Amino acid sequence: MQSPRLFPLLLKATLLLMLFNFAFPLLSGLPLGKLSLYNKVFPGRERFPFGENQRGYNLSLFNLDAMFAAHVLVGAPKADDEYRVLLIGDSSVWGTLLTPEQNLAGQLNSQNISACGKNVRAYNLGYPYISLLQELMILDEALQYQPDMIVWLTTLESFPKEKQFGAPLVANSPDRVKRLITNYQLPLNPDDPALNHPTTSNQTFTSRRKDLANLIRLQLYGVPWSATGIDQFYPKSYEPAQTDFEADDSFYDIKKSEPLRDQLSLDILDAGLNATDLPMILVNEPILISDGANSDIRYNFFYPRWAYDQYRVMLAEYTSSRNQPYLDLWNLVPNDEFTNSGVHLTPFGESLLAAQVGDAIQNFCE
Amino acid sequence: MGLTQIFASILTILLVAILTRGTSRVLSLLALSVLAVFWFQPSVPLRSFDFWIPSLTIFLVVAVWFITSQTGAWKSRQNLIGLAVIAGAITLVGLTRYIFPDPILTTTTPPRLILVIGFIMIAGISIAALTFLSRRLAFTLTLAIVLLITILLILKSPTLSLQLSIFLRELTGRPTDTASALDFRWLGFSYISFRLIHVLRDKQTGRLPELSLPEFATYVVFFPSLSAGPIDRAERFASDLRKDFALTQDETLQAGQRIVIGLFKKFVVADALALMALNDTLATQVRYTGWMWIILYAYTFQIYFDFSGYTDIAIGIARLVGIKLPENFSSPYTKPNLTQFWNSWHITLTQWIRSYFFNPFNRWIRGYKIPTWTMLLLGQLSTMLIIGLWHGVTVNFILWGAWHGLGLFIQNRWSDLAKKRIVISNPRLQVALNVGGILLTFHFVALGWVFFALSDPSLSQTVFMKLFGL
Repeated sequence: MQSPRLFPLLLKATLLLMLFNFAFPLLSGLPLGKLSLYNKVFPGRERFPFGENQRGYNLSLFNLDAMFAAHVLVGAPKADDEYRVLLIGDSSVWGTLLTPEQNLAGQLNSQNISACGKNVRAYNLGYPYISLLQELMILDEALQYQPDMIVWLTTLESFPKEKQFGAPLVANSPDRVKRLITNYQLPLNPDDPALNHPTTSNQTFTSRRKDLANLIRLQLYGVPWSATGIDQFYPKSYEPAQTDFEADDSFYDIKKSEPLRDQLSLDILDAGLNATDLPMILVNEPILISDGANSDIRYNFFYPRWAYDQYRVMLAEYTSSRNQPYLDLWNLVPNDEFTNSGVHLTPFGESLLAAQVGDAIQNFCE
Repeated sequence: MGLTQIFASILTILLVAILTRGTSRVLSLLALSVLAVFWFQPSVPLRSFDFWIPSLTIFLVVAVWFITSQTGAWKSRQNLIGLAVIAGAITLVGLTRYIFPDPILTTTTPPRLILVIGFIMIAGISIAALTFLSRRLAFTLTLAIVLLITILLILKSPTLSLQLSIFLRELTGRPTDTASALDFRWLGFSYISFRLIHVLRDKQTGRLPELSLPEFATYVVFFPSLSAGPIDRAERFASDLRKDFALTQDETLQAGQRIVIGLFKKFVVADALALMALNDTLATQVRYTGWMWIILYAYTFQIYFDFSGYTDIAIGIARLVGIKLPENFSSPYTKPNLTQFWNSWHITLTQWIRSYFFNPFNRWIRGYKIPTWTMLLLGQLSTMLIIGLWHGVTVNFILWGAWHGLGLFIQNRWSDLAKKRIVISNPRLQVALNVGGILLTFHFVALGWVFFALSDPSLSQTVFMKLFGL
């Protein structure tokens, strides 16, 4: 067989590569993230993929389609006797430092509780980083998976307006954010520079190679996940949550003199609570109430007392005014049952929370 | 070699192939190879050791050439130019300290030029003294071999490496409590030492042809095969260097194809498999028998694609400049017995061990009146133990060597027995037996990797228990 000539071969290869590279944006509408081996070859993950430590067989990627496709929720056919509860929230719901069995969803499922004559099956849709907009985005997507009830666990840190576009998942999902803004008529700027708006040049194959590699890596991690059931790195030790503070009562740029409500994104909470007619329980999640230095000024690293106290009053009034089922569990957990942050609980702390949430699910089911 | 280093190697070697001929080609390759020894050297926590370790490599290479070459050979024009190129390359690396604000050929800033020049001068005096002694002492070559094996032993033994690190930290006034066995990483020494031992041994037996310093040094530290082989033979390598070479389209295409295949094997397949391949952590974390087999298969293929990918890249790059490095892998997992597996896995290492250990050992042991099977057992076992120890002086590498040594012995005995007593005329049965042999050999090798992949026998035991549902 005659060998091909070198120069024409290189030229053709280069042209084909360039063509493929620049034609790649045409594929941007394809939901590549939905192509997944999870729930088919590998069992679905009990929580969303998150983390950069390879020892956790996990990674963070900003593709909600792929995150859902890897989640057990998508692959779990709903049984007639299943009462499907979706847990929305931040890293405390996701379960930082906790195994899938120890976090809130795991503990609720191990309780074998029933609601409205059906068996409660809780799904962990928490995701690290605190932003109401991120939580709304996940809730909006999750509604298509036949839930019977939503439990939305939140905390003041999710509310400040300036935090909403800060979540990497939000910042990297501009199309979804635009849809949310339109569908829920949110008073947000769809062209906010905090959103990573796609341009033709950053949609090429070479620009998106890391996103694509991450999709493949997520699939490959399916093997160790299936083999071990481990989906995050558990360090032998961690820095305990801070309990001594500076004498500082600031909370973002929010002024004490102005009404707190005006500084928070209650409209996003509104949108979420109005997103469905399904029963929805709002939970003000437990926080660390420190007794260390300057704890008369701050409850914990996140919250000065004045802001958090105002927030609790505001949220109680807000939920009461709209007859919204609401649990204020802020002081449920003793301060030695927090791990590395003022909102991350130990397994025992989670069990206290699970007991309360479990009761509420039974009480508020329809 | 990372991707950047591979692409830089391809580009520079293409330039050499296009722009140089004859002696200038050899000298260019020598200079590039010496520079690559510094560039490829990984960082080490000891100050400036990322410069001194490559310098020691070059020192050893030049010293071995001096003691194996003809008396006065260094005075020839070609060898003097070779010496100048080597000294110039080292000095150039030292000079980068003053030219570039960030180190470019070393991971940290090279030492001051006065120290570099001091090193070159001390190295020159040491080599002159060694050469002088070697002409008078018959056992110099043996001593050099022992020295190389000793260094290899220290580098491959975690305990000795740690002691060396502690010693060097004390010497340089650094805290010893953070010393690690990985402190003294010597790039490619496993391969460099085997090439040097081959030359020294061939010199002892009178089989070594005369090689110029540029040929010899380029052979030992030829940059495409510096870190992962293959282990070529000096005379074969030199014969390629001496040939007139002009890069043709055909050669370029074939080399390019080989490099692309190697890149795919290494950076796509092997790196992907590495995410799920057996390691110390997974050994304890995997919960189910089926998944443990999959994790083991992943390692089995990862090590093959990693290693053979690198070999393809090395062979491809070398080919661009007219060097036909020997093949190192020939579909090893499709072989029906262990002997054939070892004839197709890391072929150049197997051949090296056969030439310099197995055959001499067999000749020596034949002098004793012991049964054939005992001779065979001792030969197979000790050969495989040496291959195991070459990878690392740990219990697990010894177990891996013993696993293969015993496997080879049993397979040899069985083949011997079957050849005499079993005649198979049915071709289908022959095919079935062949497939069965492939599967058996593959699984024997895969199970052997359990020792190779893990650091501790207790972890290996855990994996074996899980693999067999115990």
